[in-house]
Amino acid sequence: MLLATLFESGVKIEHYMVLATALFIIGVFGVLYRKNAIILLMCIELMLNAVNLLLVAFSTYLGQADGQLFVFFIMVVAAAEATVGLSILVLLFRNTRSVDIRLFNKLKN
Amino acid sequence: MSLDVIFYILGGLTIGTALMVVLSKHPVRSVLYLVLTFFLISANYVLMNAQFIAIVNIIVYAGAIMVLFLFVLMLLNLNKENEPKHSPLMTIGAAVAGGGLFLVVVAAMRDAILATPVIDENSPKVGLVENLGQVLFTKYVLPFEASSVLFLAAMVGAVLLAKKEKQTID
Repeated sequence: MLLATLFESGVKIEHYMVLATALFIIGVFGVLYRKNAIILLMCIELMLNAVNLLLVAFSTYLGQADGQLFVFFIMVVAAAEATVGLSILVLLFRNTRSVDIRLFNKLKN
Repeated sequence: MSLDVIFYILGGLTIGTALMVVLSKHPVRSVLYLVLTFFLISANYVLMNAQFIAIVNIIVYAGAIMVLFLFVLMLLNLNKENEPKHSPLMTIGAAVAGGGLFLVVVAAMRDAILATPVIDENSPKVGLVENLGQVLFTKYVLPFEASSVLFLAAMVGAVLLAKKEKQTID
C-alpha cells in the first residue's frame, strides 16, 4: 500500500514535523507582520492547518484514527471562528472604514 | 518517481505558497494563495492515505471558509491602495521572532524520542470513511454532538452581529 511505502521511502515523521513547524511559523510571522485584520484571520487558519497536518501525520504514523478525528473537530471550530470573526470585522469596518488592526484598540481606555 | 521526491516537491510548494499568503500585498491574492496552500496540504493528506480528511479539507477550507473570506474582502472592497502600511521595524521584529521560534521548536524536536511507526495490515484503512465514522460515532460521539451546539452558537452570533447593525442604520 501507499502508506507503508511512504515511511519506507525515506520520508520520516521528522520531515512532517519540520514542515508543520515551518507552516506554523509562517502563520506566526504573518500575525506579527501584517496589519490587515482579515489577513490576520487567514494566518490563524494557516496555523490551524499546520497543526492539522502534524496530527494527520502522527495519526498515520501510529496507525490510529484519533488524530484524524481531532482534525475534524479543529475544522469545526475553525469554521465557527471564521464566521464570527469575519462578522465582527465587517461591523468594525462599518464603524471605522478600515481593517487596520491598530485602530481596533478602542477597548483599551 | 518515488514518494520522497513527491513529498519534497509538495512540501516546498506548500511553504512557498504559504509565504506568498503573508508577503503578497494584494488581499485577494493572499486569499487565492491560501486556497492553493490548502489544496497542497490536501495533497499531503492523500500522500498519507488520509482520504476523508483530504476531501473534507478541500470542501470545508478551500470551499467554504475561503469563499467566505473572499466574499468579505470583496464586500469591503479592499485593494492595494487601502492596505494598511507597516513599519520596517515591525518587519524585522516579526522576522526575528518567527525565526527564533522556528529554531527553538526544531532544536527541541531534535531531542524528541519517537515511538516506532505502527504499520500493519490495518493501517491503510485508518483514514478511510468507514473506519473514521465508526470511531466518530462510538468513541467521540459526545464531542460530535457538542460541536453541533458550537455551530448553532456561531450561527446565532453571526446573525445577531449582522442584525444589530441594521437597526442602528434605520
